[in-house]
Amino acid sequence: MNPTSFSLPLAAVVLAPLVPAVINRTKAWFAGRQGQPLLQGYYDLAKLMGKGAVYSRTTSWVFRAGPLVSLACVLTALAVLPLGGARPPLSFAGDPVLLLYLLGVARFFTISAAMDTGSAFEGMGASREAQFSALTEFTMLVSLAALVKLGHLPLPAGVEAGSPYSLQGIYASLTATMWMRYGTVLLLAATALMVAVLCENSRIPVDDPTTHLELTMIHEVMVLDHSGPDLAMIFYGAAMKLWILCALLAGLLIPMRSGNAWLDAGAVIGGIFLLAVAIGVIESCLARLRLLRVPQFLTGAGVLAIVALLLAFWV
Amino acid sequence: MANSASGHPGIANGQAVDVADIPAMAVPEFLESVARAIEQGMRASAFFGQPLEDGRLRLWALLALDNQSLLFPYRADFDDWHYPSLTPRCPQLHWFEREVFEQWGMEPRGHPWLKPIRFHAPYRHNPSAADSKPSPQIGVTDFFQVEGEEVHEVAVGPVHAGVIEPGHFRFQCHGEEVLHLEISLGYQHRGVERNLIGGPGSRSIHLMETLAGDTTIGHATAYSQALEALSGDQVSARAQMLRGLALELERIANHVGDLGALAGDVGFLPVLSYCGRIRGDFLNLTALICGNRFGRRMIRPGGVCYDIDRAQASELQRRLDALEKDLAVALGLLWKTSSVMARFEGTGGISRQDCEAMGLVGPAARACGVERDIRSDMPSGIYQFAQIPVSTCGSGDVYARAHVRWLETIRSIAFVREHLANLPAGEIQTPLSPLKPNSLAATMVEGWRGEICHVALTDANGHFSRYKIVDPSFHNWFGLAHALRGQQISDFPLCNKSFNLSYCGHDL
Repeated sequence: MNPTSFSLPLAAVVLAPLVPAVINRTKAWFAGRQGQPLLQGYYDLAKLMGKGAVYSRTTSWVFRAGPLVSLACVLTALAVLPLGGARPPLSFAGDPVLLLYLLGVARFFTISAAMDTGSAFEGMGASREAQFSALTEFTMLVSLAALVKLGHLPLPAGVEAGSPYSLQGIYASLTATMWMRYGTVLLLAATALMVAVLCENSRIPVDDPTTHLELTMIHEVMVLDHSGPDLAMIFYGAAMKLWILCALLAGLLIPMRSGNAWLDAGAVIGGIFLLAVAIGVIESCLARLRLLRVPQFLTGAGVLAIVALLLAFWV
Repeated sequence: MANSASGHPGIANGQAVDVADIPAMAVPEFLESVARAIEQGMRASAFFGQPLEDGRLRLWALLALDNQSLLFPYRADFDDWHYPSLTPRCPQLHWFEREVFEQWGMEPRGHPWLKPIRFHAPYRHNPSAADSKPSPQIGVTDFFQVEGEEVHEVAVGPVHAGVIEPGHFRFQCHGEEVLHLEISLGYQHRGVERNLIGGPGSRSIHLMETLAGDTTIGHATAYSQALEALSGDQVSARAQMLRGLALELERIANHVGDLGALAGDVGFLPVLSYCGRIRGDFLNLTALICGNRFGRRMIRPGGVCYDIDRAQASELQRRLDALEKDLAVALGLLWKTSSVMARFEGTGGISRQDCEAMGLVGPAARACGVERDIRSDMPSGIYQFAQIPVSTCGSGDVYARAHVRWLETIRSIAFVREHLANLPAGEIQTPLSPLKPNSLAATMVEGWRGEICHVALTDANGHFSRYKIVDPSFHNWFGLAHALRGQQISDFPLCNKSFNLSYCGHDL
């Protein structure tokens, strides 16, 4: 353990609300608007924390537990999240599965809280979320499996290898040489992960985070009944989840493994914000898919991941 | 006055006629004539009751024969409190018969869905009814329900997540598929028609301008033309042209706003933002003429309140040129983005047959390939001298409704530009004479949502004994419900926006 490993979750805790803000600013630029201040996310969180929460009489403890457990899960997930070659506080064989299922538990509680309200909308949103996340979970798992299968080339000096079945092990090995040699596999996995990032964070073309139309929403409709600090936890948790998934993708796309953990982590953080810009560009150039088409889109990403895995066996 | 094939007298749009010149029919003859005329291709533009002093109810039917530019008023006095429903034969009377039942207690027996549409207490009391029913509670009715495993009901509104008008929607769904949608309105009912009885008063025009706030010019024009028909006064060509320009500017602004909102509903935000700005600038053109973005106080019976001078005309031209360019860029982006087109095409389709049967009007009807436009079918005012081509599209889906709006926008801009350059001379206001007693005047205006129909009836003193308003939304709400059948529930907001109907125009 060293100071850098603890500064990774800290960076996430501090910087995460900035990522949605960068997406917003990018979209505003495309729309010819100025957009909200970059720090608006923080202001909103502060405002919501100062408010009281309203609870429907028809809800139970499940509804109150939803935001809390979800936030706790994503915060825990930060413990195993490497930023490129930089080592996270915890790392062990099989931690990719832990990370994915911590996100899964967070989702389970969000969905349960939505169902707990008994509202038809929230039930609809929950059913859509459950259906789509089942497909992306698979995509992410297979993509990470492909990266594991690629195995290690000799690492640059100073990069800690870790177990090959840990996230640290996977990401430490993704050097520029790996990209030269296994570019196809990495590109396929990255594309599949990009789709997962869009879907898991309810971005266009899967979901529309800005819509006010209850009938079309997926994620937003599930959190309609939350207010005050609960809503703040949901916003903060969503920003954190966006951070985690972008970090997984940026760590793959930016093959900087200098051995200096500060430098490597800094490059990946830069990559996260570049990804936010890319998401903003995608959202400005695309309309939402018809809901019926979303599973096809996600399955397509799953197929890319499978091809990546097969190629990883072959190369 | 021209006669129909059966010898029934017809009137032109904006013409007044002495009620005595319209033959009074016996009830069975009235019902049969109306049903047959509709079956033979006429449209019900209005169908309403008028209470008589002896306690009986007079039913009026105003049928439009588009290809001859004629309106046929039918009337019959009913002794009974019920009659055999015409809806099974003529589905387009479905909503009208429910309205007559709700307002006057006149029961159309055999009506398939006899429920309230605005949830107000009846305007007259049936003395023979054994016990008076409790006054209706808004939104409480026996909604159509689908039963079965996996079928679920989704209720939306009257309070919505967005800042829109109140209305209640009940979806019967199987998973994401909508089996049936029932729309329950009436939350905006203000009693406009009852307020107008005994008028016209000083407040009447304000009621007209706020019937549907986004159709201020349309309704104010229809009302003014009704008064002018009843007083027998002519409005100068200049005033008529100014009315026409204001009406087209209103159409352009609303269509542009709708196209942007359609893009927003599929999550395509750039076009939403561009069109939002451009719509505002078009509203500002109206504001440049009369000082109000929605055209309040522009139109008054006898003419208009504001003239366009030379400087204003050239300023309007200049802004119009710039806006047209911006609009072409914004909408070019919309049509060229295939992910947007994938959402628009095939969503919320209505066949031409269904459109004719339901009696849809406006862009919704033209999107089904029906050439139905009051500006060319029954031109009044300036449209008698200056034509605008009818814009149609065949596919009947969201794409078609968007495309029709786009075509109309282009053609309206061309119209405004052409006529700004050479406005006819003349006074803009003519004082009105007193209204003719015991007369009927029917006026129709093609508002941006479609056919606006006003029917004014005067008593022996020349005051309104009944004033009937039919907003285009009244015809089209059922079309929206129909368009959702078999669609995805997540596509409802998109379909809804493609119709963009008025709640308050319907609820009156």
